[in-house]
Amino acid sequence: MKMPAFEYACPETLAEAVALLASHDGEAKPIAGGQSLLPMMAFRVAQPTLLVDLRKLAELRGIRISSDGVRLGALVRWRDIQDDARLATAHPLLADAIKHVAHYQVRNRGTVGGSMAHADPASEMPGVAVTCDAEIAVRGKSGTRTIKAADFFLGALTTALAPDEIITEVRLPAWPANRRHGFQEFARRRGDFAMSGVALFYDLDAGGKAANAHVGVIGVGDHPKRLAAVEAVVNGQTVDEATIAKAVAAASAAVEPPDDIHASAAYRKALTGTLVERALRSAAA
Amino acid sequence: MAVQFEVNGKPVSVEVEPRLTLADCLRHHLRLTGTHVGCEHGVCGACTVIVNGDAVRSCLMLAVQAEGAKVTTVEGLSNDADLTPLQKSFRKHHALQCGFCTPGMITTAHALLSEEPDCDADRVREVLSGNICRCTGYIGIVEAVLDARSAYKKAPAP
Repeated sequence: MKMPAFEYACPETLAEAVALLASHDGEAKPIAGGQSLLPMMAFRVAQPTLLVDLRKLAELRGIRISSDGVRLGALVRWRDIQDDARLATAHPLLADAIKHVAHYQVRNRGTVGGSMAHADPASEMPGVAVTCDAEIAVRGKSGTRTIKAADFFLGALTTALAPDEIITEVRLPAWPANRRHGFQEFARRRGDFAMSGVALFYDLDAGGKAANAHVGVIGVGDHPKRLAAVEAVVNGQTVDEATIAKAVAAASAAVEPPDDIHASAAYRKALTGTLVERALRSAAA
Repeated sequence: MAVQFEVNGKPVSVEVEPRLTLADCLRHHLRLTGTHVGCEHGVCGACTVIVNGDAVRSCLMLAVQAEGAKVTTVEGLSNDADLTPLQKSFRKHHALQCGFCTPGMITTAHALLSEEPDCDADRVREVLSGNICRCTGYIGIVEAVLDARSAYKKAPAP
């Protein structure tokens, strides 16, 4: 057996799950699909002494769409998002981004809450959450709270979650009809972690100019972030060749990616510019 | 821990440590060695089985998480009488060489074709991108899956 030994519990209620986590001094972990946590345990990067399986908590399931936006229960799987035809209009950026998440088999088990809690720097869901100013609803022993996506990701595999807190829901603000978007990422093998990825949107004003631009990047830092310099270039402009060229230059300059075995920092900077170009072209098309 | 689930239509009951993966449970406790274990961390796809109709990586699922589930392994996709249409198609198109990845290819392709018998070559390639084959170069595998579509349009294969 590859993984370290641990105890396992499968509580019937959220309160019970929180109590189990709180009773283990930070050594317990919730498990949903396990598509990030189990590889971490196979490598012994994570060695929890207790796994709290969330699968019986029906209140964490379901995609709710209203005039306030899209609420994704923590146990919503990538597969559920892909199968929900409403999201093509209710949140097309989410729908496009989730097509890039992992592989077929992983999409059948991987969850929204698991991806957010794992906080891989190249993951799509955290990137969408940060780009869209999502809120993350969590429950811990001292009650519930919501955390803004911008405050949630603290570093690679590090979040603002306390050890006894469980993500219950990710809330994406409503998507207006005049919003344009693009999502682009590049990986050597489809479904693998992106060397860089770009999620962006802007709203078209009455004069056909871009406003409220949000440009987020994944895979080029220790957590997803928005690029204010690129947003400033796009806001107030018609998204034409000149604007795109400025945005590309601003994006390459704004990111400080790492060198690693997958790509050099210089390559990632250039790639991020290219992906911003492609995302803006698809948004304007 | 005691865990009960169904494998290839038969109820099973096993006593396992929580850290035992479903893949190891199938191979070591239930002696269903058709499920192959490659990378053991969710990259290669060799261990793919079907859980409640969905293709999943059995190295990224604990046996204890399978409580109450219906699991189909590659053994459940064959019969002693004859090759199934998917098996025949793999043979016809030389879709295997060493055979190590084949159980994962068969289970993944079966799940795909059961749900999407009209899938095109792009979709087959996208889905099989989660399964690594180091021998064939994939072309034969993609052709085999495409050629097997007709069998799934009439009635689901066994």
